[in-house]
Amino acid sequence: MAPLLQVDNIEVYYGVIKALKGISFEVNKGEIVALIGANGAGKTTILHTVTGLLKPKTGKILFKGNDITKVPAHKIVTMGMAHVPEGRRIFSQLSVLDNIKLGAFTRKDKEEIEETLNYVYERFPRLKERKNQIAGTLSGGEQQMLAMGRALMSKPEFVLMDEPSMGLSPLLVSEIFEIIKAINENGTTVLLVEQNAKKALSIADRAYVLETGNIVLSGDAKDLMNDESVKKAYLSE
Amino acid sequence: MEFLSTIISGISLGSIYALIALGYTMVYGIAKMLNFAHGDVIMVGAFMMFTALTKTSLPPIACIIVGTIICTVLGMLIEKIAYKPLRSATSLSVLITAIGVSYFLQNSAQLIFGAGTKQFTPLFGNGSVSLFDGQVVISHNTIVTIIISVVLMIVLTLFINKTKTGRAMLAVSEDKGAAQLMGINVNKTISITFAIGSALAAIAGALLCSSYPILSPTTGAMPGIKAFTAAVFGGIGSIPGAMIGGILLGVIENLSKVYISTQLSDAIVFGILIIILLVKPTGILGKKISEKV
Repeated sequence: MAPLLQVDNIEVYYGVIKALKGISFEVNKGEIVALIGANGAGKTTILHTVTGLLKPKTGKILFKGNDITKVPAHKIVTMGMAHVPEGRRIFSQLSVLDNIKLGAFTRKDKEEIEETLNYVYERFPRLKERKNQIAGTLSGGEQQMLAMGRALMSKPEFVLMDEPSMGLSPLLVSEIFEIIKAINENGTTVLLVEQNAKKALSIADRAYVLETGNIVLSGDAKDLMNDESVKKAYLSE
Repeated sequence: MEFLSTIISGISLGSIYALIALGYTMVYGIAKMLNFAHGDVIMVGAFMMFTALTKTSLPPIACIIVGTIICTVLGMLIEKIAYKPLRSATSLSVLITAIGVSYFLQNSAQLIFGAGTKQFTPLFGNGSVSLFDGQVVISHNTIVTIIISVVLMIVLTLFINKTKTGRAMLAVSEDKGAAQLMGINVNKTISITFAIGSALAAIAGALLCSSYPILSPTTGAMPGIKAFTAAVFGGIGSIPGAMIGGILLGVIENLSKVYISTQLSDAIVFGILIIILLVKPTGILGKKISEKV
C-alpha cells in the first residue's frame, strides 16, 4: 500500500540559507512517526513544508497519492491534514469555544461538527469546563490541549504535532503523550516532532533523526532507542 | 443649550470619523499596514455620488448605494493591484505605495472632475428639529448621520463576532499562519476587509459631504488624517477603539471650535492625540503587543 504521506527529496530555503537539504521520508496509515533532532535541525521547517506554510524549492510531497507540493495551506486542511503548531498558536483573544470552532472552519455539516465537538470535549474535559474563557488566560497545558482539540475539529486522518510537550511540567507531558497515543489508537495517523526524544520514541512506531537539514538515521523507534549514537546525542544517558 | 447642540453635532461629525477610522483599524489589524489611500476612497465615493445625483434622476439613497458599490470594488482592486504583491515586503515599502495610491486617486479625480470645488447638496434635505422651544436646533442631516453610523457600527460588530467570516478576520489579525492551518484563506479575508472598509468610507463620504457640502479632489485628505488619528487615539487594531476614538475626536473638535477657537481646533485635536499617546502609547483600547519568543 502506498504511504499516507510521502516526502520526496525536498529542499527548503529561508532566503539564501538552505534549511532542508534534500529530505525524504514517509508516514504510513495508522503509524506514529517521530522526527527527533536538536534545535535548528529543521524539524519545524519540515512540518511547515508538509502543511503548505512553506514551499519547497525542489522535491515533491504526496498526500494520499495526491501531489500537494503547490497546494496552498488552507486547502491542504480540507484534504484531511491538521497541524498543531509549535508554541500552540491559539487565538488568545478569542474564547476557548471560538478557537475550537475555528478548527472546523472548512466543514459545513452542523450536526457532524457538533459530534466532533463532543468527541473533543470527551478527550479534553477541561476545555469543556473552560469553553467561555478567553483562550489567552489558559495555562500552558490547557493551551496545548486547546491547540490539539482545535486540530481534531477538522476530523483529520493525519495530524502533525510540533513540540507538544514544550514548556510543560513532567506530569502534563505524560498526560499529553497519553492523549497522543489515544488519538492514534482512534485511527488518526500522527507525525510527531519532539525535543523530548525519549518520550517521543516511547510512543512512536518509527522515527527519523535529523541533523542540520539532513536525515542521518531512521528506523523502528525501539531500535533507535537502543542505538548508541542516539542514546548519546538525544537521550542524555 | 449651546453646549448640548455642540455635543450633538460633535457626535455626528465624530461618527463620520469613526466610520472612516474603522477602515484604517481593520486593515491595520489584518494586513498590518497603514492604508493612507483610505481617505481618498471617501473622496472617490463622494464624487461618484455627486455624479449620480447630478447626472441621473436616481433618488439620493440609490446614489449612495451606487457610490458604495463602486468604492467597495475600488478598495478590493487597490488591495489586489498595489498591496498584495507587497505582502512580504517591508512595511516601509507598503507605506510608500499607499501614499502613491493616495496621490494617484487625487490626481485622477482632478483629471476627470477638475481641480475646482463642487457644491454638494445635502442628501437628507435642509430641515431641522427644534427642541426646548427652539433653543436647540438639530438638522435632519445630523440626526440621519448619527442613526446611519450607529446602525452600521452595530451591524459591523455583529458581523465580526457572530459570523464565520468575521471570526476568520479576527483569527487572521492575530496569527496569519495559524489561521491558514484552520483552512482560512488569508488573501480572501484581507480582500473582504478592504471591501468592508471601503464601503464604510464611501458611506462616510456621503454623510460628510451632506453636512459639509464642498467637494474637491482633496476632500478626503483631512478627514482621512483625522480618522487615522481617531484610530490611533482609540488604539489601532481595535474596532470598538476606532468607534470611541472617532466620536471623541468629533466632540473635542466641535467643543474647541465653539468655545476656544475655530482656527486652533485642529491644533487642539492633534495636541490631545500627542498627550494621549505620551500617557498611553497604545491608545485608549489598544492592546499591548507582546513579542513572541
